[in-house]
Amino acid sequence: MTERSVVLDTTIRLVFDGALVLSVYLLFAGHNQPGGGFVGGLVAAAAFGLVFLAGGAEEVSNRVRVQPWFLLAAGLGLAVAAAIWPLVTADAPLDQSAVEATLPLLGKVKATSATVFDTGVYLIVVGLVLTALATLGDEVEDEVEVADTVAGEAGPPPADGPGRR
Amino acid sequence: MILLLVAAHGVLALVAGLGGRILGRRAWAVIAVAPALTLAWLAAHAGRLADGEVVTASVAWVPELRLGLDLRLDGFAALMILLVSGIGLLVFAYGARYFGDDVGAARTAALLSAFAGAMLGLVLSDGFLTVFVFWELTSVTSYLLIGGRHQDEEARSAAQHALLVTGLGGLVLLAGLVLLGQETGTSRISELAGASPTGGVVAVAGVLVLVGAFTKSAQYPFHAWLPGAMVAPTPVSAYLHSAAMVKAGIYLIARLAPVLAPVGPWRPIVVVVGLLTMIAGGLRALRPFDLKQLLAFGTISQLGFLTVLLGIGQPEATAAGCTLLLAHGLFKATLFMAVGIVDHETGTRDLRGIPHLGDGWTATKVVAVISAASMAAVPPLAGFLAKESAFAAFVDGSSADRVVLAGLVAGSVLTVAYTLRLVVALVAPERIAGPQQRSVAERAPSWSFVAPAALLAAATVVLGLVPGLWSGTVDAAANSLDPSAHAHLALWHGLNLALGLSGLTLAGGALLFWQRQAVARFQERRRLPVTGAGVYEATLRAVLEIAGRVTSVVQSGSLPVYTAVILTTAVLAPTVALFGGRWWPGWPDPVGNTLHLPIAVLLVGGAVAATVATRRFAAALLLGVVGYAMALLFVVQGAPDLALTQFAVETLSVVVFLLVLRVLPDRFERRAPALRTVPRALVALGVGVFVSLFAMVAAGWRTAAPVSQEMIARALPDGDGRNVVNVILVDIRGLDTLGEVTVLLTAGLGIAALARAGRGRPGTEAARAADEGGAS
Repeated sequence: MTERSVVLDTTIRLVFDGALVLSVYLLFAGHNQPGGGFVGGLVAAAAFGLVFLAGGAEEVSNRVRVQPWFLLAAGLGLAVAAAIWPLVTADAPLDQSAVEATLPLLGKVKATSATVFDTGVYLIVVGLVLTALATLGDEVEDEVEVADTVAGEAGPPPADGPGRR
Repeated sequence: MILLLVAAHGVLALVAGLGGRILGRRAWAVIAVAPALTLAWLAAHAGRLADGEVVTASVAWVPELRLGLDLRLDGFAALMILLVSGIGLLVFAYGARYFGDDVGAARTAALLSAFAGAMLGLVLSDGFLTVFVFWELTSVTSYLLIGGRHQDEEARSAAQHALLVTGLGGLVLLAGLVLLGQETGTSRISELAGASPTGGVVAVAGVLVLVGAFTKSAQYPFHAWLPGAMVAPTPVSAYLHSAAMVKAGIYLIARLAPVLAPVGPWRPIVVVVGLLTMIAGGLRALRPFDLKQLLAFGTISQLGFLTVLLGIGQPEATAAGCTLLLAHGLFKATLFMAVGIVDHETGTRDLRGIPHLGDGWTATKVVAVISAASMAAVPPLAGFLAKESAFAAFVDGSSADRVVLAGLVAGSVLTVAYTLRLVVALVAPERIAGPQQRSVAERAPSWSFVAPAALLAAATVVLGLVPGLWSGTVDAAANSLDPSAHAHLALWHGLNLALGLSGLTLAGGALLFWQRQAVARFQERRRLPVTGAGVYEATLRAVLEIAGRVTSVVQSGSLPVYTAVILTTAVLAPTVALFGGRWWPGWPDPVGNTLHLPIAVLLVGGAVAATVATRRFAAALLLGVVGYAMALLFVVQGAPDLALTQFAVETLSVVVFLLVLRVLPDRFERRAPALRTVPRALVALGVGVFVSLFAMVAAGWRTAAPVSQEMIARALPDGDGRNVVNVILVDIRGLDTLGEVTVLLTAGLGIAALARAGRGRPGTEAARAADEGGAS
């Protein structure tokens, strides 16, 4: 197992949770401010990429309890459902509708059904990058381990004479 | 109601197919409901049809393109329905007895019902699109039916042969129909007559349609699939290859002939191909020992006869063709059934091996002989009436008609000859195969097995004796095809040339059969080196060979070659289009913003440096620099969403890139020689120049107002969002986004699959083995 980098570990401890919060914020704020499902997903994916660099695919799967393909499937399912749902209410597909409510403490809150679609996109992006990390990273890890081990075997040239063999 | 009937066939097919195990033999009863209902409905409308009325049904699909489902019941469709549903019903009854409690019987029943529904839809079709859809449906269902015993290699290849030939014909037919529709501005067969089509395009369309019909109706040179399709169980052959599917092409020819026959080479083609098929098929039918093969070639010959009669577009011939259509269905289905009974009970249909058919076989033999006599046009049977009217149609005509008549007589002589062969094979096979030890047949067929065939044979006799029964139906059919066509069926038209020719035919055929050994020797000597089946196989082999050669050239496996080809094509094709007219809009404004300059320097510098870098990591990082510079450009231009996304994507890309590059050597390998570098540099330069020019040209030639203005204006009121980019992504262009995320999902699957596939590589395995070996 390659040594863990202290710098990476500390950075992750500082940054990881904040990055996830930021990504969710970008998802929800996307409709009225810069942001959206794609960027939110990418920021979350970047956070997981950092975790991968520090601890490998094992660490990533520890932090994300679900399998990457599940995220992909859930995301697409959500997006398609959001696209088809308006047909139930006799509108055209992908017709977005807004809902307003006045909540205590928060005041007037408006949300659109577009956020559901965006969430699907978000999940797909995160799932894609996690898949890439899990499958590509795994193989690379093995190769690097093997390379390290082989290098270790070859190691310093045998200094203790012919009697070794 | 029409639609319901067609759909009912499909629904019952599903029921029979899915519920096969529960239903068992009752599956046949289930599917028999649909044709029974159809016949009942037809009977209910019989009076109106006789008066010349029609029943139509339409379902619109794309009204602007005149596309939709158009069905129409007229006299000719009624005649075809008698064949499709009437004979279908009897075939189902026969099939129930033939298959017994076989495991695969329900599947065959379901497919037969589906096929019957498709065929019903075809004969009722009026619109071009409808014709094509049902045409292809019959091809597909017949493929599944022929290949029913799919463990059998022969069945599979026969089914594939049938599908390839009829499928190709279907494509050609589609081309013809589209041309016809475009040129005449109609979309229905019933409207064609009013459009009076003429001209070269219509002639070409007619030829294309003919080719399609020829493949379906097994005309030369597309006939080879029919004998091969005889591997199918006999009920299937009795239905598909005598009464229904092969008649589809004839049906279409009959429908279009009155309108298209005078146009272009339609008439000569139809006559030549039809006569050729009739005579060649008849000659081939004199040889086989397998009774089903004999019937197959006989069918091909009769189809040639029908092609000539119905395709020549003359009123009397059309009427004769309608008569023969019905008569042929009656006798051919019966003959197939009879051969099937023999095959089922004795285990062989090779006439050299048929045992002596004793007492219990009288009914079968009588039925077979009657139907055979109808085929040979022996009076007073239905087949005789048909052939008489056929001869009579060409007797008093031009010299071209005389030639056709001669061909028809020759074909009929051959028909009599092979009919005799069939009859003698059933009754006294030792006369053909030579004296031999014959066992006695152990089993005799039950009466329920023979009943459907007996019914048809009885119909043949009755219709022959009482022409008035079906004269009206045939007349209505001929009339609906060609208003000037009328059928007058009668047993005795007086002593005329047609009668004489019939007698001559019978005599000539008997003579041919009597001298069969001499004929066989003659045929053996004159055997052509090419056969239809041989042509098909050679074509198939050639296609596969060419595909292999082309693939090995184009898919060379070299990544630089692929990239170079793609890029070059991407540059060349639009460049050619670009120089079509005035294309240069003038230079754009040089620099819009002072901040663009340092960013451009960063961009270009990073890109150039990446090409000359010697270490892999450095090259990857420099590509990242290019990406970040793009993001900076977005920031300067005021596009925060794009900038955010670009930053995030670039970061992740660099990380993944470096991840994968870790296992490759540190430095790039030895540079490729100049010979290889120069073309690559040229391609790269070309792409760069082209993209820049194209961007300038595309931006400079805007004439209409950009749609983005509309989107910006409506984002807040209609989309409830202030972020126009997000509103576009999720709302206005939501469907595009849905497609893109599906692509992302597919990319994820691809990555996973590729990574897994590469896992078992020898490099890792050997290294691991060395690792373990060294550690122990």
